[in-house]
Amino acid sequence: MGANNGALTEAVYYILLSLLQPMHGYGIMQNVERLSGGRLRLAAGTLYGAISTMQEKGWIMAAGAEADSRKKEYVITDAGKGVLRAEYMRLRELVENGRAMLEEDAR
Amino acid sequence: MRTTIRKVFWAWEFEEEEKWLADMAAQGKALVSARYFTYEFEDSEPGEYAVRLEMLNHMPDSPEGQRYIAFVEETGAEYIGKVMKWVYFRKKTALGEFELHGDNATRMKHLKGIINLLKPLMVINIGAGMYNLGVFLSYRNGLSLLAVLLSAGVAGFLFRGITLLNQRKDRLERECQLFE
Repeated sequence: MGANNGALTEAVYYILLSLLQPMHGYGIMQNVERLSGGRLRLAAGTLYGAISTMQEKGWIMAAGAEADSRKKEYVITDAGKGVLRAEYMRLRELVENGRAMLEEDAR
Repeated sequence: MRTTIRKVFWAWEFEEEEKWLADMAAQGKALVSARYFTYEFEDSEPGEYAVRLEMLNHMPDSPEGQRYIAFVEETGAEYIGKVMKWVYFRKKTALGEFELHGDNATRMKHLKGIINLLKPLMVINIGAGMYNLGVFLSYRNGLSLLAVLLSAGVAGFLFRGITLLNQRKDRLERECQLFE
């Protein structure tokens, strides 16, 4: 999990997932919308803030030769992958506990 | 055809300002320029554009402000202009939904930024008012009394604005306890 053991926001989780491939800002917005079946639409300000914070934390970094250009691409780092895997495990625990207890309740 | 409208919105009325600009866009008047209390529109198809505004943490002309504006433009929006730290964007509705603050955390951060800008202004006016009150009590100077009343009026006005923004922030905080 992250530095403070908190749950990631949906937006951060999907941004990190998207950045398993290098991608620029607008590409991330489109990818997150596609991954979530249109349910989650990232706002530009939200995405910009999340990208800045994740760069500061070392979870993502500017990618390739375009790192200094205005249309920057970003990619996840090893630290970011660690955070993403930990969040995946946390979500799996939530889903598995939810499934077990709801199925028992339905019987 | 271009239309110029003069209208006053205070910093804490940015949602009302945004709604007014959205209503204008819905009527086929798309924002092309925003200056102090002056808005210029051009004719467009009704609902062709969505308009958004926000206060930046940095001045729009600073490198950080420019980076943010470039980032928003990269998402298909068009930068219209600035008034102090406020920036205006529009985006064709055909290109998809246009939001700058899509979650409560970002909205709260935005509100806190505006409150933090207004608070020092209020404190300065309270300080100036108290100083002039001291001058008035010592010398019975009519001008000092006028300055006291002016500072008190401005401080009261800012206090009202800060209170309204705090109420909005508190509502969002309560929602955050349940939803992102």
